[in-house]
Amino acid sequence: MPAGPDAAVSITACPNGPLLVRGTFEILTPAGEVIPARRKTVALCRCGISTLKPFCDGSHKAAGFTTEPEAPTGEPA
Amino acid sequence: MKRPEPRGPVCSALGALLTNREPDAEPGLIGVLRDRAGAAIRDTDDILLDEDLQAALYTAYELRYSGLEGVDDAWEWNADVLALCTAIESRFEQALRDRVPMPPLPAPGIDTVAAALFELTGADTGPSVSRYLAKKATDDQAREFLIHRSVYQLKEADPHSWAIPRLRGRAKAALVEIQADEYGGGRLAHMHSELFARTMRGLGLDDTHGGYVDLVPAIVLASSNMMTMFGTHRRLRGAIAGHLAAFEMTSSLPNRQYGNGFRRLGYDQSVTFYFDEHVEADAVHEQIAARDLAGGLTEDEPALVADVVFGASACLFVDSLAGAALLTAWTAGESALRPGPEPAPALGPAGARS
Repeated sequence: MPAGPDAAVSITACPNGPLLVRGTFEILTPAGEVIPARRKTVALCRCGISTLKPFCDGSHKAAGFTTEPEAPTGEPA
Repeated sequence: MKRPEPRGPVCSALGALLTNREPDAEPGLIGVLRDRAGAAIRDTDDILLDEDLQAALYTAYELRYSGLEGVDDAWEWNADVLALCTAIESRFEQALRDRVPMPPLPAPGIDTVAAALFELTGADTGPSVSRYLAKKATDDQAREFLIHRSVYQLKEADPHSWAIPRLRGRAKAALVEIQADEYGGGRLAHMHSELFARTMRGLGLDDTHGGYVDLVPAIVLASSNMMTMFGTHRRLRGAIAGHLAAFEMTSSLPNRQYGNGFRRLGYDQSVTFYFDEHVEADAVHEQIAARDLAGGLTEDEPALVADVVFGASACLFVDSLAGAALLTAWTAGESALRPGPEPAPALGPAGARS
């Protein structure tokens, strides 16, 4: 994978989708308890509507979530 | 696995050859097989729905996976069996090339190909087995759904694994990353085919690989055969990469519905875990498959972009035909299963139903 070879953790920001996290990491609750990850690479929700938060469940696609900057308004194209 | 029951003259001729014990009879049996296959391939109305040809191809392909009971493993590389596969595949691939819709091709590259695949799979308006299962399916229909899916899901991931040594670099790393997770990441109990077997047992179904092959219609075999064809031909490595991407990209949301359907019918987590696991797993896999596998492959081999899109679109096309067969039967109050030699074995639920 094209992560920096020496990074302990890499986070890939997927266009219009989740954050893919690879490497050695722990996901914690605010109280510091470990949220178990069922796989080595996880996808973290960033659209806000996953039913499996903090993990992605693909809902961003149905919701039309976009990470692209909004087109400028008020100016002629 | 058990040798599938013959569905027509080509299957019968293949079965006679594979189980023949008389060396002197072999040339004659080969001649019969070649003649019958030639006629069937020439005369078929629709090879995607051809029971005899799809079952014969499925039988021959199974030699590449778990083998066939009572059949010498050496038949896998027998020139006459390979010639049969080639003859059926040639017509099968042509039918797919003729009928699978092809959207405008993206420029090769990770962002362009991933965006094109997300658009293609997002626009998929195929019949929704998942919505039906979530809201309406009866217990018998849920069982029938598992029987259909078992043809592939009991060897889940295997057809795409053929592509690993045919890829390199980023695309290979991506495929291995996905497949390792499919196979449970080193934990047998988490292997997806094992999870599916547990779901089947929870509904009192036989989880033997191939246990229900004789009951599923040709289009379900065609869906599986297409993956094996794409996976076992290096020439089609673009198509198998595109197929996996589309498969993963149309999985998370339907699997949530499937899980909801089985919960609605009263099944507990031992049955629904397979589907719930896929919601989370495939939300990861679809990103890796669209970007690093499919997109990465076109960066490495730009000439493959058309086959990547073809494989993805073929996945949607064939699976929507298979889904339509189920929904058409169900909405008419019927079953899409073929009448078997004996009723589907009901072993008695393994206690999962609450």
